[in-house]
Amino acid sequence: MQSEAAPLLTGTGLGMIRGERMLFREIGLEVRPGDALVLRGANGTGKTTLLRILAGLTRPETGSVNRPAAIHWFGHREGLKPQETPRAHLDLWAQAWGSNADIASILAGMGLARPADVAARYLSAGQRRRTALARLLLEQRPVWLLDEPYTALDAEGRARVDGLIADHRAQGGAVVAAIHGEAGFAATSELAL
Amino acid sequence: MSPAPLLSAFRQSLGEAWAGGAGALLPLGFLGGAAVLVPLGIGSDTDTLKAVGPGILWVALALSSLVTLERIFQADAEDGTLDLWLQAGAPVSAIAAAKTLAHWLSAGLPLALFSPLLALMFQAEARPVLLINAGLYALGSLAFFFWGAVGAALSATVRRGGLLISLIALPLYVPTAIFGALAMSGGPGSAGAPLLLGASTLFACAIAPFAMSAALRLAAD
Repeated sequence: MQSEAAPLLTGTGLGMIRGERMLFREIGLEVRPGDALVLRGANGTGKTTLLRILAGLTRPETGSVNRPAAIHWFGHREGLKPQETPRAHLDLWAQAWGSNADIASILAGMGLARPADVAARYLSAGQRRRTALARLLLEQRPVWLLDEPYTALDAEGRARVDGLIADHRAQGGAVVAAIHGEAGFAATSELAL
Repeated sequence: MSPAPLLSAFRQSLGEAWAGGAGALLPLGFLGGAAVLVPLGIGSDTDTLKAVGPGILWVALALSSLVTLERIFQADAEDGTLDLWLQAGAPVSAIAAAKTLAHWLSAGLPLALFSPLLALMFQAEARPVLLINAGLYALGSLAFFFWGAVGAALSATVRRGGLLISLIALPLYVPTAIFGALAMSGGPGSAGAPLLLGASTLFACAIAPFAMSAALRLAAD
């Protein structure tokens, strides 16, 4: 879209070894405002590991990542405590990040108005995923790293994810997502692992 | 740096401690149980109990501090919260210290406040010195919790890491146990011992957060 703009995230020469096995090597990528990069690959090829490296959670064996822009991390694990309700969860992270987002409207937007005050241990897997997705809206951060964002979501939930990603890209944000199967948004590039 | 992430970490840990799982009553029960067993083990001779009471309480306090530590970082590593804290924009050492402090408030401080009652069971006379001792127990338990949290951070991704925590933390408990017991012994050197106890606690609070930070980054790796 706006390929002239400065990159929001750059990885150069990334390589990773897990145990005795080389997961990937010499991976270079560049993400600019409006981009959507989709990571492809069978189970165990290192999509999650690459995302964690991009997020700065895992140190790569070789190469380096440059992160000039703030990053939202959305992983397999939702980061919900069993006793936390979606509302309390969003309150907590809004406080931690210094965000004054309207939590009630975020909850409604994610279809969580009804279970907003139910403890996470009673929520369905999809509702937990929605709560974690809602976290992305608490604070505007240019880069979203999404690890299988469709997991456990129903058709309506998947459409919401596509909507979030479209809005985010329209506002000059970028998305790197590991996805199996069909992506509901137009990827600007794909990276096969 | 804004203190907001630290307050959130503190709040989350307090909520977790009271929501069961790592219930604050568990260490209290452990401490009480240990203290009740001792007179049964060494006999009910008043002078003996009086002499060993404060020391036994230090040992029981050290061990009961380990009861709930296993979960403080392990739960975060399992449910993905750790990844979020590592990206919260605050130093990981400060986050870890805030979590440890919350944990101490919910599990360590009650232990110290419970100690005068147990001291009475060891035939101590009900005098104001028991309250001073409670303060010393509180100070010492703070060091226990910070060192124990280092063990907890190192074993955050280890299943059944409780034993590992004990092996890592117990040697680090030694200075606190020595100065703490000395301060209550009334023997030679006991006058300056509270200061040394305070120093050992300050040392723990200053060093342990950095060790926790390094360990937690490894755990996420």
